[in-house]
Amino acid sequence: MSQSRKATIGWLVVFIFGAVGLAWNAFSQPRGFGMRYVTDSTTTYYEVKVSPPIGSIPKKPKDGEGAVAPKDRLVWVSSDSPDLEKSNVTRTSAEPISVTRTSSVPPIAAWAAAENGGKGPTGATYRFSVADTIGVWIAAFFTLAIFSFLWGDNPVYKFAESVVIGVSAAYWMVVAFWSTLVPKLAVPIAPIAMQWAVPGVDEERKVSVVLAVIPAILGVMLLFRLSSKLGWVSSWPLAFVVGTTAAIRLIAHVQADFLAQISNSMVPFVVSTNGRFDWGASLGNVVLVTGLLSVIVYFFFSLEHKGAVGKVARFGVWFLMIAFGAAFAFTVMGRITLLSERLEFLFNDWLWLIDPKGDHTVTTIVSNAAGLLATVF
Amino acid sequence: MKSTVPTLIATIVGVVLIVAFFVPATQSWSETAVDWFNILAGVAFILGGGNLIKVQLETISSRRPGWGYALVILVSFAIMLTVGLLKIGVPPAEQYPNHPWSGEYDAPASAFGWIFENVYNPLTSTMFALLAFYVASAAFRAFRAKNIEAMLLLGTAFIVLLGNTAIARLTDGIPDSLSFLRLDQVVANTMSYITTGAFRAITIGIAIGVAATALRVLLGIDRPYLGRT
Repeated sequence: MSQSRKATIGWLVVFIFGAVGLAWNAFSQPRGFGMRYVTDSTTTYYEVKVSPPIGSIPKKPKDGEGAVAPKDRLVWVSSDSPDLEKSNVTRTSAEPISVTRTSSVPPIAAWAAAENGGKGPTGATYRFSVADTIGVWIAAFFTLAIFSFLWGDNPVYKFAESVVIGVSAAYWMVVAFWSTLVPKLAVPIAPIAMQWAVPGVDEERKVSVVLAVIPAILGVMLLFRLSSKLGWVSSWPLAFVVGTTAAIRLIAHVQADFLAQISNSMVPFVVSTNGRFDWGASLGNVVLVTGLLSVIVYFFFSLEHKGAVGKVARFGVWFLMIAFGAAFAFTVMGRITLLSERLEFLFNDWLWLIDPKGDHTVTTIVSNAAGLLATVF
Repeated sequence: MKSTVPTLIATIVGVVLIVAFFVPATQSWSETAVDWFNILAGVAFILGGGNLIKVQLETISSRRPGWGYALVILVSFAIMLTVGLLKIGVPPAEQYPNHPWSGEYDAPASAFGWIFENVYNPLTSTMFALLAFYVASAAFRAFRAKNIEAMLLLGTAFIVLLGNTAIARLTDGIPDSLSFLRLDQVVANTMSYITTGAFRAITIGIAIGVAATALRVLLGIDRPYLGRT
């Protein structure tokens, strides 16, 4: 039998096993699987006028001439806010606004609530969510699509790979837009015009227009990188980025990775704990400093690694090998943890195969299967 | 002009940042420069997105092999970008219910949060999880205890892996006077002293390398920003 045929049969067995498992789960689990629940909470907000407390001291602006008396402020507060009861707070005639927020609920909590009339511990009603249920199935599909690469490169994997490229590029663009470009670029240039996106921002411009516009100009120049003729224009902002990075890295590495590491390595060779010689810590410190110096000698290429230098360098290599072995072990453990998380997602969040409540019994399987057959025939 | 101005910009901004580190009165210069750097980093993501669109459109228009996947990239990119920029499904912030756009763009209940949770997160974490198989496979094929160095590497990896599992509990019976022989203690001491010493030396070496490279850039000896132009 050829190797590929063996692999095909092997995967066929795995998929049949998986399908049987799914069927088993569907029959044995009284509540099915792969469903998500959510809870909605609606909050009503009122616009209120907050008057300054009696006897408030007029505030003097930093660069202004005269002191300014505190003014009334218009703010929105939720209907359950204790601020509504305060004497200096009065409701305005503005229409109240109701906002509904949705949050996910673990299936077990939703089932427990269903047994108690559908009410959760806070009185919120849990409901089945179509969007989140579709989401968990899509997440399961993509998880299996990526795992399918273990079989070999295939169209399903390539599809998932293409999705991750497109989604991650857009994700980082959106993050950069809302977390950097809007607050650091658009708001300083036009604080009032940006109130729709960043309400409550100080309406007075904190920096001069020139200082606010320079990074915008540099940003536009950076986009010229896409042009084949005017690509050189982008070298100006790139030079700014490279110069900034070089300076920040220079300071950070010299401070944290050079001086601080040397400072932390000045450890005593004789350690006493509670007045007694602590041979463990003393030996540890000797090993630490010996390892540090011998590895540095190994990386010092201005001297030929011969004689005493060669022996110390070889000793340094042993330390490096131990360090790399430990790093390898932690890398493997990290990957295994991720793998177990994905398997936990598949078996717990999606298939609900993990059965802490003991719902999977022979009786439930038989009764569910009988119920299904009765429905079909 | 094409090479002199960029060199001057890199040198001046670098020197300003270094001066700002030592002179408290110029601290705000550093903050401004870092803000500008962050803005340019943000624009760089837009540049990356633009480049992605350009390359994929070229692939589709010339009907190169795999152009269908380029289409998938563009569609998924467009959907994620649209829902993220338009904050679709984002509830307004608590303090500003009258501003529909005031909520966090990555709110879990939003369309952007939904795609992150059900598409982006499973895809990326599964890709990293997949490496577990390849790391194990590569290690099985490449690691051979042929000499002392290889034995040290393999032995340490084995001990550290065992020490972080339940098997380490088998050595709990070792008396307190010899507690350093317990597997979890062996791992802790290896990490605290041997590994720390070795990695500290590597870190010091990296710092010297970074400082030298940064100085070369700031002095205009290396000019990577000129690139292909």
